Amino acid sequence: MYNFDFEKPSTIADAVSALGTEDAQALGGGQTLLPTMKQRLASPSKLVSLNGITEMHGICTGDDGALCIGGATTHADVAAGAGAYPGLAGLAAGIGDPAVRARGTIGGSLANNDPSACYPAGALASGATLVTNAREIAADDYFQGMFTTALDEGEILTEVRFPVPEASNYQKFEQPASRFALVGVFVAKYADGVRVAVTGASEEGVFRWTEAEAVLSGTFSADAIAGMAPGSDGMISDLHGTGAYRAHLVGVLTRRAVTAAS
Amino acid sequence: MSQVTMTVNGKEMSGDAEGRTLLSQFLRETLGLTGTHVGCDTSQCGACVVHVDGVAVKACTMLAMEAEGASVDTIEGQAAPDGTLNALQQAFQDHHGLQCGFCTPGMIMSAADLLKNNPQPTEAEVRHHLEGNICRCTGYHNIVKAILAASGQDVSSIAAE
Repeated sequence: MYNFDFEKPSTIADAVSALGTEDAQALGGGQTLLPTMKQRLASPSKLVSLNGITEMHGICTGDDGALCIGGATTHADVAAGAGAYPGLAGLAAGIGDPAVRARGTIGGSLANNDPSACYPAGALASGATLVTNAREIAADDYFQGMFTTALDEGEILTEVRFPVPEASNYQKFEQPASRFALVGVFVAKYADGVRVAVTGASEEGVFRWTEAEAVLSGTFSADAIAGMAPGSDGMISDLHGTGAYRAHLVGVLTRRAVTAAS
Repeated sequence: MSQVTMTVNGKEMSGDAEGRTLLSQFLRETLGLTGTHVGCDTSQCGACVVHVDGVAVKACTMLAMEAEGASVDTIEGQAAPDGTLNALQQAFQDHHGLQCGFCTPGMIMSAADLLKNNPQPTEAEVRHHLEGNICRCTGYHNIVKAILAASGQDVSSIAAE
């Protein structure tokens, strides 16, 4: 990879200031960014590591009962520490492999918004609030298509707040080489309705399967959505599977998630 | 260039690193600890697994500067100073857990990470934990067997000696 300057500030304010340099880039766990830079698909002038910012690490419960996870918290720490939200802990426990989970961070994953990443499904299905150094963004407004989010240049995802559902589950059909989701579905049942978010399937990135949400909000059972699948238009087609196959998987995995959450 | 200092296998060590210097590169080329192998350099194969502050990570996907002040354990620190293998290394030898040996440093470091957190894993847990460590020789069977044996479990029923 091309060389770059490196900074590791200990406060959010110092990180924001360090990111003011042209072509500076925030570094989470680096499990996506560093391989991307090795391939020279990215060549920032400066990396600003967020890992030294103590207040961005850890998990707590907010006054409203939401689970608050610091942006620099690793997948391994979420898997071990998000017991109050088992569906989310399960999602984190299935990302990559143990060594990747020890470095990769929730903020890094959500800022990157890979169309096959797991966390975007968890955040969108939870109606999470994404907190930055400047503002709070609702998950419904945050994800804006493949590798695209509402984050501005130099804006840092400092915390993610997850309302804890009554029941939830994440089902991932793994692409066996990369262990990214060929399709992943997160189902979360709240008092005011069910949310279903799908990753890995759409060319637009993570999305809510609202037809299934409407049915499941009435009757929370796999039978209620028997035979349902989203349309295959706009689904990713590649050597791993056609759009129609992915659309089919969305139906299958949603039913499995509902059954597992019931 | 900046100077990076870390505690490697219990000894404080320093060297120069660029921003882009990977931990794997720093260990191998700057400190001369070539036991940490680089197989794929894309964080898939796991031959470069080391422990940073007690946690297994892929050294090819971490910057050396991120390990400033950290405690790093590599394969070189696993045997006793007189060369006596630790229990896990001995089990790999006893159960033929390696053939060419290229993946072995990463396998040992990942397995040590598993046994630290789960001293009596099941066979399925061992296989699951090794998802990020690729071996092209053994078919994994004897690696799994060696790890179970190192955990003190009876492996006689798993496969013939």
